[in-house]
Amino acid sequence: MKSLVSLVSGLIFALGLSLSGMIRPEKVRAFLAFGRPEWDVSLAFVMVSAIIVYAICYALVKQKKRTLTGTAFSEPAAKSVDRRLVIGMVIFGIGWGLIGLCPGPAFVRIAWMDAPLASFLVMMLIGFEIEKRIVP
Amino acid sequence: MTFTREIAGGILIGVGSALPLLFHARIKGISGLASSMLRPFTEVGREGALFIAGLVLGGFVWKYFGLTHPDLYLTQNTSVTTWALAGLLVGFGTRLGGGCTSGHGICGIGRFSKRSFVATLIFMASAVATVLVGAALS
Repeated sequence: MKSLVSLVSGLIFALGLSLSGMIRPEKVRAFLAFGRPEWDVSLAFVMVSAIIVYAICYALVKQKKRTLTGTAFSEPAAKSVDRRLVIGMVIFGIGWGLIGLCPGPAFVRIAWMDAPLASFLVMMLIGFEIEKRIVP
Repeated sequence: MTFTREIAGGILIGVGSALPLLFHARIKGISGLASSMLRPFTEVGREGALFIAGLVLGGFVWKYFGLTHPDLYLTQNTSVTTWALAGLLVGFGTRLGGGCTSGHGICGIGRFSKRSFVATLIFMASAVATVLVGAALS
């Protein structure tokens, strides 16, 4: 069941990324080009509608303290803003802005694989591992 | 401009993010799932691997039905080196900061986490700055 839910969730997520245009690096970079003539606000609507759907589902689970299948749910403890968060997000933002790809769309674009994408994906996985090994 | 595709796509992204929470209380974004995939013999690793398999499958489904946007194949004037560097920064940064566009931007903000709200502001500002500096230099 867990496996099926994970697979189907990924599939639905990918169709959402594809439909919304998030898998197009040029569109993402146009969204990020704030204040420039090519600025394209449309991806803000993707984020807002995704957040609203998630917030409704989260409120439901939080209120019932149970998932739909009866698993107990308790709210994760709030973590504070620390230096790791700030540095990590600055670094992520630079990587995202350079090409216009964040992790989800990078995986979806495997269907249109080419050498640049392959190098992005391999280095992203290496980045995960470097962080895991060098950061205490 | 009605933004129908963007809103419909966003709803699907929200559903895809929320299903693991609704069914087995899992709160994780893509970078978290993808990095746990590198430990496939743990329970969370298997979940991550299957979610990512679903993502990849979704791309092929989209491609198979020919639902591509005309500029999907546009190759930018960016070298493979830049793609590689971007991948490394995305991988390292998302793990150091504990989330990406989905983990902080959707799941985190969706549960009103102050930390994720700050994270989203920072990575958005950093990405905007990167694009603007790049545009100014070219």
